[in-house]
Amino acid sequence: MEGIWRTPSGFFGALMSVDHKVVGRRYIVTAFAFLLLGGILAVLMRVQLAKPESTFLSADKYNQIFTMHGSTMMFLFAVPVMEAFAVYLVPLMVGTRNIAFPRLNAFSYWMFLFGGCFLWMSFALNVGPDVGWFAYVPLSSLQYTPTKRPDVWAQMITFTEVAALAVSVEIVVTVFKQRAPGMTLDRIPLFVWAMLVTSFLVMFAMPSIMVASTSLILDRLVNTRFYDSSSGGHPLLWQHLFWFFGHPEVYIIFIPGTGMVSAILATFARRPVVGYPVVILSLIATGFLSFGLWVHHMFVTGLPQLGAGLFTASSMLIAVPSGLQIFCWLATLWDGRPVYRTPLLFVIGFIVIFVMGGLSGVMVASVPIDTQVHDTYFVVAHFHYVLIGGAVFPLIGAVYYWFPKISGRMLSERLGRWNFWLAFVGFNVAFFPMHILGLIGMPRRVYTYTADMDWAHLNLLSSGGALIFALSFALLLVNVIQSLRSGTLAGDNPWDASTLEWATSSPPPPQNFDRIPVVKHRDPLWFDTESMPVVGGLSVERREVLLTSLAEAEPQVREASPEPSIWPLLTAIATTVFFIGSIFTPWAVLWGTPPMAVALIGWFWPAGHKEDEE
Amino acid sequence: MPVRMRTALVPFATLPLAACAGRQSALDPQGLQSNHILQTLFIFLIVAAVVWTAVVVVLCVGLLRRKRSADQPLALHQGFERTSGHVVFGLGLATLIIVLGLSIVSYAGQRTVFAKDEHALTLKIIGHQWWWEVRYEDDSPHQSFVTANEIRIPTGQPVKVELESADVIHSFWVPSLTGKMDLITGQKNELQFTAKNAGVYRGQCAEFCGLQHAHMAFAVFALSPDEYGRWRDHENQSATSPTDPLGKQGEQLFRARGCALCHTIRGTLAGGQLGPDLTHIGSRTTVAAGTLPMSSATLGAWIADPQHIKPGNNMPRMPLQSGELIALIHYLEQLK
Repeated sequence: MEGIWRTPSGFFGALMSVDHKVVGRRYIVTAFAFLLLGGILAVLMRVQLAKPESTFLSADKYNQIFTMHGSTMMFLFAVPVMEAFAVYLVPLMVGTRNIAFPRLNAFSYWMFLFGGCFLWMSFALNVGPDVGWFAYVPLSSLQYTPTKRPDVWAQMITFTEVAALAVSVEIVVTVFKQRAPGMTLDRIPLFVWAMLVTSFLVMFAMPSIMVASTSLILDRLVNTRFYDSSSGGHPLLWQHLFWFFGHPEVYIIFIPGTGMVSAILATFARRPVVGYPVVILSLIATGFLSFGLWVHHMFVTGLPQLGAGLFTASSMLIAVPSGLQIFCWLATLWDGRPVYRTPLLFVIGFIVIFVMGGLSGVMVASVPIDTQVHDTYFVVAHFHYVLIGGAVFPLIGAVYYWFPKISGRMLSERLGRWNFWLAFVGFNVAFFPMHILGLIGMPRRVYTYTADMDWAHLNLLSSGGALIFALSFALLLVNVIQSLRSGTLAGDNPWDASTLEWATSSPPPPQNFDRIPVVKHRDPLWFDTESMPVVGGLSVERREVLLTSLAEAEPQVREASPEPSIWPLLTAIATTVFFIGSIFTPWAVLWGTPPMAVALIGWFWPAGHKEDEE
Repeated sequence: MPVRMRTALVPFATLPLAACAGRQSALDPQGLQSNHILQTLFIFLIVAAVVWTAVVVVLCVGLLRRKRSADQPLALHQGFERTSGHVVFGLGLATLIIVLGLSIVSYAGQRTVFAKDEHALTLKIIGHQWWWEVRYEDDSPHQSFVTANEIRIPTGQPVKVELESADVIHSFWVPSLTGKMDLITGQKNELQFTAKNAGVYRGQCAEFCGLQHAHMAFAVFALSPDEYGRWRDHENQSATSPTDPLGKQGEQLFRARGCALCHTIRGTLAGGQLGPDLTHIGSRTTVAAGTLPMSSATLGAWIADPQHIKPGNNMPRMPLQSGELIALIHYLEQLK
């Protein structure tokens, strides 16, 4: 059985892998590599701003760097890393042998990798985008930025969106159709619920940015004039399309974080999360509401006053589902018996930081307040509190929590504590002063400022905090490397956690589970402490997964799962050539498609399973 | 408590070095609108502080309190489950009431801040990469004039600025007077504010607008109505021709060396439209949209090599002998 699910050996075998754990691991490592790169850019910016009129970076470099920082963190780190964890964990947590559409999954990873490398190679060649991660027109139009820089940005979006959409489809189908028998809707782990909601958000939000960025490329390449106000287009159209994606994007990053929090909290508070249905309904409500508040990014564009006021109310309303989740977590800690291991420390840090970010979010949702703080360092502080507090702290907690499962070895607790405290202190020292800087008049995206502005001391403090914060990530890296070399062996379930990924070995075998578990409780490993019931009947001769019904997870059919294949990689290469070519010439659409067609035909060529022909 | 900008109010006659300072802080309101906004902000801040403190206290108490001892994760106490359900529901309801209340507070503040006065003094401001064109328009063309990067307004009177862009999106922001408003290509926006006290209030572009976004500042001078009237009469006049030989040489150089292709000096043949109007440049307090304080030295440095001071801006470097540069500076400085 292990033999038929194993990734083929050798270099070419590795390129052919369709194992969700192999792809997931690559995804996680790649996303963290981009975090490292984006983090280095952040440190460079903080060095530049540490003193007034610094000449450390030129205006041109600084503008490229802040654009690259935002684009890397949003498109190449935050969204992919959450999807990466889902790719690795969701099939294990729902008790199946591989993700749905595993070849699409491999394709998704290659697209993400190539898109990210494309952006960073462009930056290395001094063609890094310099129009902000939001690329507002008309600044990003051909007239005002006649270089290829905005094209690089817009096409990188296409790469990462293709990758994200593919993963979302896989996650939804895996959760809907491949759950272990008995895992009814109300027994799905909260992390899986969070990733399900996130996947739907991706599917509804990302098309908006793809339309936006593709129209921008068309405007620049073949002069279509979607955004040209002198020809009947309008620059605000860009802002609407961008933020219709851009605001749900925040929740695409934050909701997986809440799933991680719920998973970690249950394990280390030693009890299930209070209010399981409340948490799920909050996730779904957050998902819906997140599409109704994009306009709060546009309060100073001269909108009608009543309309803007309504978006204030809808923006603040999202505090209700977020608040409900926080209350459930607080109640869980209140009743539980907390075990203070590193993952729990990061979750506690998350609550302290994220609540502050949420409250400053309520402030920026108010139109009059926003007219002062919009595009200032107050907003920079706010969204770093929300995104780092709400997503990165849970994520680092998740790394400490699931690393033993993925690698088979424990991370050091001693380094973990140092890591947490440096991150917590460094983060607050770096970002809290920015609230004040924004209120005393410092706008965002300025490469320098004069000494008489009174911003120097707080900027220096913030830069110092940023260095401490950066150090905490260096410690994480050291911890991971040390543990891979000589960490304590983890065993199947080192934390005595309750969900199915801990029911198999660490790291899990290629087939995940020798026998598919049968789920009789929301916390299967706490419920069946002795032995777990399993279901038999899947082939041991070829790759098969068990499909179950949507609501009750009744077994329905045995379904073949694809073998390893080189075609997803070849398709990704063909698509990459097509995408990159088409920012230089429209003819790339013509000569770029035949290789893609060939690759896709190869990919979908019938495999001719015996059973299919019967 | 608000962090006050320490910059003192400098009388604008004696400006030299602190010129580009002026107040630029939402916490130092000097206008009706900025004052209202700050009051709204304080209400939100108090609510936020109370909520955050409550959450952290509950978190700490929850972590530290004495716990049940058995390590049996699924042995839950039904009483707690029921009570916690009620408490979570109650807190959710409280959250809803708080955010609805704050929405109302916000909307009330918004109506005050954006209230319109029909009799407001109207100015037109056009954003350029990377400077501000300021047009004082009057029914009588003889009373209309153009200036740049400095706005003078009377205290106590509502001012309406009509905002447009000549190129990309910019944002007009004078935090000490009011919140910001974007200048959007192909769209007309407006913003009204009233300065309560006389003073110099610094503003800065708040929407990223390209390479030199960081160097796109301006200043609002709130003057007493009398002073404002005198200034307006003076500003409306054309430039006076120089009488001394050096000044005459400067005027001639201004035309001969291409300056006039982009800049206007009213009353002379210089009528370029691409760059700032320089009719009264000698009375301005900064060079290059708030980049440097005005002095012979900074003006000279700017003309000698604009790309060194503000790389990427649209003013080219003109080859000038040092004697010619001195004449040009002398001419511009006397355009008071």
